[in-house]
Amino acid sequence: MTRDEALFQFLLRMGDNTLILGHRVSEWCGHSPVLEEDIALANTALDMIGQTQLWLGLAGEVEGKARSADDLAFLRDAWDFRNVLLCELPTGDFGQTLMRQFLYDAWSYGMTDWLKGSADPRVAAIAEKAHKEVTYHLERSGDTVVGLGDGTGESHTRMQKSLDYLWPYVVEMFEKDKVDEVLADAGIAPAPADLRAGYDDITARVLAEATLTLPEGSYVHKGGRNGRMHTEHLGHLLTSMQWLQRAYPGAAW
Amino acid sequence: MMTRPATDQVWHWLAEVPDPEIPAISLVDLGIIRDVAWQGDTLAVTITPTYSGCPATSVIALDVEAALRAHGIEKLDLKRQISPPWTTDWMTDEGRAKLEAYGIAPPQPAGGPSRCPQCQSPNLERISQFGSTPCKATWRCRDCLEPFDYFKCI
Repeated sequence: MTRDEALFQFLLRMGDNTLILGHRVSEWCGHSPVLEEDIALANTALDMIGQTQLWLGLAGEVEGKARSADDLAFLRDAWDFRNVLLCELPTGDFGQTLMRQFLYDAWSYGMTDWLKGSADPRVAAIAEKAHKEVTYHLERSGDTVVGLGDGTGESHTRMQKSLDYLWPYVVEMFEKDKVDEVLADAGIAPAPADLRAGYDDITARVLAEATLTLPEGSYVHKGGRNGRMHTEHLGHLLTSMQWLQRAYPGAAW
Repeated sequence: MMTRPATDQVWHWLAEVPDPEIPAISLVDLGIIRDVAWQGDTLAVTITPTYSGCPATSVIALDVEAALRAHGIEKLDLKRQISPPWTTDWMTDEGRAKLEAYGIAPPQPAGGPSRCPQCQSPNLERISQFGSTPCKATWRCRDCLEPFDYFKCI
């Protein structure tokens, strides 16, 4: 695997995470419990779609086959996506949406922080931009997890159930394969496991304040970031997200 | 053929192009015009986005192009630069004053507005970390009870 082949895969992973999660969060637009939360979720989704344009734009450039960010987003099928499974799961209720956002933001925070010092200046520039936005997202999702976890009996129960359901998907973000080895050796991206300690610090602090407990057990769901096996949910998401290009190929405006 | 206008003149023209979402301030006030330079007979204008997904970004590029074409610029190269990332530190003092006069509290290093843009009271509360555009949050004055936009500090 050449360095550019590895970098292309890595950029797909970054861009597909923000694209798929951004789309999931955008599903709340017009449906949130209160107007302020609706606006907050829509803004968070917008930031992630903006980051997607940067990551997938660079992926297309590195691949060198003249594919644009839009081509990569709208003209690939499920098996070519490289997002972690956590991002493609259905939104669930409002609490589950914010728990997923927090578990993702905490990882994204450490990842973009590391990438600011990437040996590839193009990657570093995107990370520098994204890190500011992610810092803001993490503050909000963390605060909301605390508010709902340490809230009413009902909200606490729902947040604990969300954490129990989502936690087995967290490990995938720290998995390592050849792509990561090549890029870690080149100083372009971190060895994923190196981000784990910082992640555990953030999650332990916030979840303790939220009076939530990590579930027992070591079962792990994975297969998205290497494309081996996505959940059935991704295909359904793509039928909605890619509908226009599927119905009217090449449509532009 | 036209002579090349001085870059100071171009900055002056750009200072008259309003931000499409907050027309009270100009693109120069906002600090997103990073460079203006002649490269041969082509004018290169470098623009940085506020937020990576801000939908105003493409409208801003169109507005810059339209304004400069109206002043007779024929060869124009609009460049997008994301590093160093935009910060509200680049907003001009004039821009901050215009924002406040318009009813939007300007960004503060403390992370929240210093006073109500309507009645100047410092007795404030946050309603939401987000607002009507990616660059704003929503606050309320506890004295005059008016809700208002706060320009987020990043």
